[in-house]
Amino acid sequence: MKIRINGSVHELPHPATVADALDAIDAPARGVAVALDGEVVRRADWKSTELHEGAAVEVLTAVQGG
Amino acid sequence: MGEQLAERPIGGDPFLVGGRKFASRLITGTGGAANLEILERALVASGTSLTTVAMRRIDATTGTGVLDLLRRLGIEILPNTAGCRTAAEAVLTARLGREALETDLVKLEVVADERTLLPDPIELLDAAEQLVDAGFTVLPYTNDDPVLARKLEVVGCAAVMPLGSPIGTGLGIRNPHNIAMIVEQAGVPVVLDAGIGTASEAAQAMELGCDAVLLATAVTRAADPERMAHAMKLAVEAGHAARHAGRIPRRYWAQASSPAVESD
Repeated sequence: MKIRINGSVHELPHPATVADALDAIDAPARGVAVALDGEVVRRADWKSTELHEGAAVEVLTAVQGG
Repeated sequence: MGEQLAERPIGGDPFLVGGRKFASRLITGTGGAANLEILERALVASGTSLTTVAMRRIDATTGTGVLDLLRRLGIEILPNTAGCRTAAEAVLTARLGREALETDLVKLEVVADERTLLPDPIELLDAAEQLVDAGFTVLPYTNDDPVLARKLEVVGCAAVMPLGSPIGTGLGIRNPHNIAMIVEQAGVPVVLDAGIGTASEAAQAMELGCDAVLLATAVTRAADPERMAHAMKLAVEAGHAARHAGRIPRRYWAQASSPAVESD
Protein backbone atom coordinates (compact mmCIF):
# COMPACT_ATOMS: atom_id res chain seq x y z
CA MET A 1 0.00 0.00 0.00
CA LYS A 2 1.13 3.53 -0.74
CA ILE A 3 1.13 6.18 1.96
CA ARG A 4 2.72 9.60 2.27
CA ILE A 5 5.20 10.25 5.07
CA ASN A 6 6.14 13.92 5.41
CA GLY A 7 5.06 14.46 1.84
CA SER A 8 7.03 11.58 0.27
CA VAL A 9 5.36 8.44 -1.05
CA HIS A 10 6.33 5.19 0.69
CA GLU A 11 5.30 1.64 -0.17
CA LEU A 12 4.44 -0.43 2.92
CA PRO A 13 3.17 -4.02 3.17
CA HIS A 14 -0.54 -4.26 3.99
CA PRO A 15 -1.68 -4.00 6.75
CA ALA A 16 0.60 -1.32 8.17
CA THR A 17 0.42 0.73 11.34
CA VAL A 18 1.76 4.11 12.41
CA ALA A 19 4.65 2.25 14.07
CA ASP A 20 5.52 0.65 10.71
CA ALA A 21 5.57 4.09 9.06
CA LEU A 22 7.99 5.33 11.72
CA ASP A 23 10.23 2.30 11.13
CA ALA A 24 10.18 3.04 7.39
CA ILE A 25 11.90 6.38 7.97
CA ASP A 26 14.08 5.22 10.90
CA ALA A 27 12.47 7.73 13.25
CA PRO A 28 14.08 7.94 16.69
CA ALA A 29 12.16 6.42 19.59
CA ARG A 30 12.01 9.63 21.62
CA GLY A 31 11.17 13.21 20.86
CA VAL A 32 8.86 12.65 17.91
CA ALA A 33 5.13 13.07 17.40
CA VAL A 34 2.83 11.79 14.69
CA ALA A 35 -0.24 13.17 12.95
CA LEU A 36 -2.34 10.92 10.73
CA ASP A 37 -4.53 12.84 8.28
CA GLY A 38 -4.19 15.94 10.44
CA GLU A 39 -4.99 14.30 13.80
CA VAL A 40 -2.43 13.55 16.49
CA VAL A 41 -1.89 9.85 17.18
CA ARG A 42 -0.79 9.28 20.76
CA ARG A 43 2.38 7.31 21.28
CA ALA A 44 0.44 4.57 23.06
CA ASP A 45 -1.66 4.07 19.92
CA TRP A 46 1.13 3.90 17.33
CA LYS A 47 1.19 0.08 17.16
CA SER A 48 -2.57 -0.31 17.01
CA THR A 49 -3.44 2.48 14.56
CA GLU A 50 -3.72 1.04 11.06
CA LEU A 51 -2.98 3.11 7.98
CA HIS A 52 -5.20 3.23 4.94
CA GLU A 53 -4.20 3.52 1.29
CA GLY A 54 -3.14 7.11 0.64
CA ALA A 55 -2.84 7.98 4.35
CA ALA A 56 -0.92 11.19 5.10
CA VAL A 57 1.49 10.68 7.98
CA GLU A 58 3.39 13.64 9.41
CA VAL A 59 6.32 12.95 11.74
CA LEU A 60 7.66 15.92 13.64
CA THR A 61 10.48 16.51 16.05
CA ALA A 62 11.98 19.45 17.90
CA VAL A 63 14.54 21.61 16.12
CA GLN A 64 16.33 24.82 16.98
CA GLY A 65 13.87 27.66 16.80
CA GLY A 66 12.09 30.49 18.55
CA MET B 1 3.74 48.60 45.86
CA GLY B 2 5.94 49.15 48.93
CA GLU B 3 4.39 46.20 50.79
CA GLN B 4 5.27 43.82 47.96
CA LEU B 5 8.85 45.02 47.91
CA ALA B 6 9.46 44.21 51.53
CA GLU B 7 8.53 40.57 50.95
CA ARG B 8 11.07 40.09 48.21
CA PRO B 9 14.47 38.71 49.11
CA ILE B 10 17.53 40.47 47.79
CA GLY B 11 18.86 38.76 44.71
CA GLY B 12 17.13 36.06 42.73
CA ASP B 13 13.62 35.13 43.69
CA PRO B 14 12.37 32.40 41.36
CA PHE B 15 10.16 32.97 38.34
CA LEU B 16 6.79 31.30 38.87
CA VAL B 17 4.59 30.45 35.89
CA GLY B 18 1.87 27.87 35.37
CA GLY B 19 2.58 26.21 38.71
CA ARG B 20 6.26 25.79 37.87
CA LYS B 21 9.28 27.47 39.40
CA PHE B 22 12.33 28.58 37.40
CA ALA B 23 15.57 29.81 38.92
CA SER B 24 16.26 32.12 35.98
CA ARG B 25 14.10 34.94 34.61
CA LEU B 26 15.80 34.71 31.24
CA ILE B 27 14.04 32.41 28.78
CA THR B 28 16.13 31.70 25.72
CA GLY B 29 15.38 30.57 22.21
CA THR B 30 17.57 28.20 20.24
CA GLY B 31 16.99 29.64 16.77
CA GLY B 32 19.84 31.21 14.87
CA ALA B 33 22.79 29.53 16.58
CA ALA B 34 25.51 28.54 14.12
CA ASN B 35 25.95 25.12 15.70
CA LEU B 36 25.15 23.15 18.84
CA GLU B 37 28.52 23.81 20.46
CA ILE B 38 28.05 27.56 20.28
CA LEU B 39 24.46 27.15 21.45
CA GLU B 40 25.58 25.10 24.44
CA ARG B 41 28.11 27.70 25.57
CA ALA B 42 25.52 30.46 25.19
CA LEU B 43 22.85 28.54 27.11
CA VAL B 44 25.23 27.84 29.97
CA ALA B 45 26.40 31.47 30.10
CA SER B 46 22.79 32.72 30.09
CA GLY B 47 21.92 30.68 33.18
CA THR B 48 18.52 29.95 31.61
CA SER B 49 16.25 27.25 32.98
CA LEU B 50 13.63 27.33 30.19
CA THR B 51 14.33 27.26 26.45
CA THR B 52 12.20 27.16 23.33
CA VAL B 53 12.34 24.72 20.44
CA ALA B 54 10.32 24.58 17.22
CA MET B 55 8.49 21.56 15.79
CA ARG B 56 9.36 20.53 12.23
CA ARG B 57 9.07 17.52 9.93
CA ILE B 58 11.80 15.04 10.76
CA ASP B 59 14.32 14.23 8.05
CA ALA B 60 17.71 12.63 7.74
CA THR B 61 19.47 15.87 8.64
CA THR B 62 17.22 16.92 11.55
CA GLY B 63 18.49 14.64 14.31
CA THR B 64 17.51 15.22 17.93
CA GLY B 65 20.66 17.10 18.92
CA VAL B 66 18.95 20.12 20.40
CA LEU B 67 16.74 17.95 22.63
CA ASP B 68 19.68 15.88 23.80
CA LEU B 69 21.54 19.10 24.59
CA LEU B 70 18.72 20.64 26.62
CA ARG B 71 18.16 17.42 28.55
CA ARG B 72 21.86 17.12 29.31
CA LEU B 73 21.95 20.71 30.59
CA GLY B 74 18.81 20.15 32.69
CA ILE B 75 16.96 22.96 30.92
CA GLU B 76 13.17 22.65 30.69
CA ILE B 77 11.90 22.55 27.10
CA LEU B 78 9.29 25.00 25.86
CA PRO B 79 7.92 23.92 22.48
CA ASN B 80 6.61 26.73 20.32
CA THR B 81 4.25 26.97 17.38
CA ALA B 82 6.58 29.06 15.22
CA GLY B 83 5.55 29.25 11.60
CA CYS B 84 1.82 28.83 12.25
CA ARG B 85 -0.54 31.31 10.59
CA THR B 86 -3.92 30.04 11.77
CA ALA B 87 -5.42 28.87 15.05
CA ALA B 88 -5.97 25.39 13.56
CA GLU B 89 -2.30 25.04 12.57
CA ALA B 90 -1.12 26.29 15.95
CA VAL B 91 -3.40 23.94 17.88
CA LEU B 92 -2.19 20.92 15.88
CA THR B 93 1.46 21.95 16.28
CA ALA B 94 0.98 22.44 20.02
CA ARG B 95 -0.59 19.00 20.32
CA LEU B 96 2.34 17.47 18.42
CA GLY B 97 4.79 19.31 20.67
CA ARG B 98 3.07 17.98 23.77
CA GLU B 99 3.15 14.46 22.40
CA ALA B 100 6.79 14.60 21.30
CA LEU B 101 8.20 16.38 24.33
CA GLU B 102 5.85 15.25 27.08
CA THR B 103 5.13 18.73 28.36
CA ASP B 104 1.92 20.76 28.56
CA LEU B 105 3.87 24.02 28.26
CA VAL B 106 3.53 25.78 24.92
CA LYS B 107 4.78 29.08 23.61
CA LEU B 108 1.88 29.98 21.35
CA GLU B 109 2.85 31.92 18.24
CA VAL B 110 0.38 32.69 15.46
CA VAL B 111 1.89 35.25 13.12
CA ALA B 112 0.09 37.18 10.41
CA ASP B 113 2.78 37.41 7.71
CA GLU B 114 6.46 36.81 7.05
CA ARG B 115 7.36 40.45 6.61
CA THR B 116 6.36 41.62 10.09
CA LEU B 117 6.01 38.31 11.97
CA LEU B 118 3.51 40.20 14.11
CA PRO B 119 0.95 38.13 15.99
CA ASP B 120 -2.47 37.76 14.36
CA PRO B 121 -4.60 38.75 17.36
CA ILE B 122 -7.80 37.04 16.22
CA GLU B 123 -6.20 33.68 15.43
CA LEU B 124 -4.03 33.96 18.56
CA LEU B 125 -6.95 34.42 20.93
CA ASP B 126 -8.88 31.60 19.27
CA ALA B 127 -5.91 29.22 19.53
CA ALA B 128 -5.22 30.25 23.14
CA GLU B 129 -8.77 29.46 24.17
CA GLN B 130 -8.72 26.04 22.47
CA LEU B 131 -5.37 25.11 24.01
CA VAL B 132 -6.35 26.20 27.51
CA ASP B 133 -9.49 24.06 27.16
CA ALA B 134 -7.28 21.14 26.07
CA GLY B 135 -5.24 21.42 29.27
CA PHE B 136 -2.18 23.26 28.00
CA THR B 137 -0.17 25.79 29.98
CA VAL B 138 -0.31 28.52 27.36
CA LEU B 139 2.35 31.24 27.08
CA PRO B 140 1.22 33.41 24.16
CA TYR B 141 3.51 35.65 22.13
CA THR B 142 1.36 38.74 21.73
CA ASN B 143 1.34 42.30 20.50
CA ASP B 144 2.18 45.08 22.95
CA ASP B 145 -1.55 45.65 23.27
CA PRO B 146 -2.95 45.89 26.81
CA VAL B 147 -6.45 44.95 25.63
CA LEU B 148 -5.33 41.77 23.86
CA ALA B 149 -3.13 40.88 26.83
CA ARG B 150 -6.13 41.18 29.12
CA LYS B 151 -8.25 38.99 26.84
CA LEU B 152 -5.54 36.33 26.71
CA GLU B 153 -5.46 36.30 30.49
CA VAL B 154 -9.26 36.06 30.66
CA VAL B 155 -9.30 32.92 28.48
CA GLY B 156 -6.84 31.31 30.87
CA CYS B 157 -3.31 31.84 29.58
CA ALA B 158 -0.63 31.22 32.23
CA ALA B 159 1.36 34.31 31.17
CA VAL B 160 1.30 37.00 28.51
CA MET B 161 4.37 37.62 26.36
CA PRO B 162 4.19 40.99 24.61
CA LEU B 163 6.77 41.93 22.01
CA GLY B 164 9.14 44.83 22.47
CA SER B 165 9.45 45.15 18.69
CA PRO B 166 9.15 42.67 15.79
CA ILE B 167 11.02 39.34 16.01
CA GLY B 168 14.67 39.55 15.13
CA THR B 169 14.76 43.33 14.66
CA GLY B 170 16.77 44.20 17.77
CA LEU B 171 14.84 47.48 17.95
CA GLY B 172 14.27 47.15 21.69
CA ILE B 173 11.08 48.21 23.43
CA ARG B 174 9.26 50.58 21.06
CA ASN B 175 6.34 51.29 23.35
CA PRO B 176 7.46 51.10 26.98
CA HIS B 177 4.24 52.69 28.17
CA ASN B 178 2.17 49.86 26.68
CA ILE B 179 4.42 47.31 28.38
CA ALA B 180 3.98 49.20 31.67
CA MET B 181 0.20 49.19 31.23
CA ILE B 182 0.22 45.44 30.51
CA VAL B 183 2.29 44.84 33.66
CA GLU B 184 0.06 47.09 35.75
CA GLN B 185 -3.15 45.23 34.94
CA ALA B 186 -1.84 41.67 34.57
CA GLY B 187 -2.70 38.99 37.09
CA VAL B 188 -0.36 36.53 35.37
CA PRO B 189 3.38 36.84 34.69
CA VAL B 190 4.43 39.17 31.88
CA VAL B 191 7.35 38.07 29.71
CA LEU B 192 8.91 40.55 27.30
CA ASP B 193 9.28 38.48 24.14
CA ALA B 194 10.96 39.62 20.93
CA GLY B 195 12.84 42.69 19.81
CA ILE B 196 15.61 42.79 22.41
CA GLY B 197 18.93 43.75 20.82
CA THR B 198 21.25 44.38 23.73
CA ALA B 199 21.54 44.16 27.49
CA SER B 200 20.15 47.58 28.41
CA GLU B 201 16.86 46.66 26.70
CA ALA B 202 16.57 43.44 28.69
CA ALA B 203 17.19 45.44 31.87
CA GLN B 204 14.60 48.00 30.77
CA ALA B 205 11.99 45.26 30.33
CA MET B 206 12.57 44.11 33.90
CA GLU B 207 12.56 47.69 35.21
CA LEU B 208 9.17 48.14 33.54
CA GLY B 209 7.99 45.29 35.74
CA CYS B 210 8.15 42.31 33.42
CA ASP B 211 8.62 39.02 35.25
CA ALA B 212 10.99 37.58 32.65
CA VAL B 213 12.54 38.20 29.26
CA LEU B 214 12.54 35.82 26.30
CA LEU B 215 15.16 36.34 23.63
CA ALA B 216 17.03 34.36 21.01
CA THR B 217 18.47 36.35 18.12
CA ALA B 218 20.15 38.94 20.33
CA VAL B 219 22.35 36.15 21.69
CA THR B 220 22.56 33.59 18.91
CA ARG B 221 23.42 36.11 16.20
CA ALA B 222 25.72 38.27 18.33
CA ALA B 223 29.36 38.23 17.30
CA ASP B 224 30.14 36.47 20.59
CA PRO B 225 26.98 34.60 21.65
CA GLU B 226 28.46 33.29 24.90
CA ARG B 227 29.49 36.76 26.05
CA MET B 228 26.16 38.31 25.06
CA ALA B 229 24.31 35.51 26.88
CA HIS B 230 26.24 36.39 30.02
CA ALA B 231 25.45 40.08 29.51
CA MET B 232 21.74 39.27 29.20
CA LYS B 233 21.83 37.20 32.40
CA LEU B 234 23.32 40.13 34.30
CA ALA B 235 20.91 42.60 32.67
CA VAL B 236 17.82 40.61 33.62
CA GLU B 237 19.05 40.23 37.19
CA ALA B 238 19.98 43.91 37.43
CA GLY B 239 16.70 45.10 35.97
CA HIS B 240 14.69 42.86 38.27
CA ALA B 241 16.60 44.00 41.34
CA ALA B 242 16.28 47.67 40.34
CA ARG B 243 12.53 47.34 39.77
CA HIS B 244 12.05 45.97 43.25
CA ALA B 245 14.56 48.27 44.93
CA GLY B 246 12.22 51.23 44.43
CA ARG B 247 13.89 53.80 42.21
CA ILE B 248 14.05 57.49 43.11
CA PRO B 249 11.47 59.83 41.64
CA ARG B 250 12.52 61.86 38.62
CA ARG B 251 13.07 65.56 39.44
CA TYR B 252 13.31 68.57 37.23
CA TRP B 253 15.99 70.38 39.29
CA ALA B 254 19.10 69.12 40.98
CA GLN B 255 18.98 67.93 44.55
CA ALA B 256 22.27 67.85 46.46
CA SER B 257 23.21 64.49 47.87
CA SER B 258 25.58 66.07 50.42
CA PRO B 259 24.31 68.10 53.37
CA ALA B 260 24.19 71.83 52.73
CA VAL B 261 27.17 73.85 53.95
CA GLU B 262 26.23 75.69 57.13
CA SER B 263 26.52 79.44 57.00
CA ASP B 264 25.96 81.91 59.83
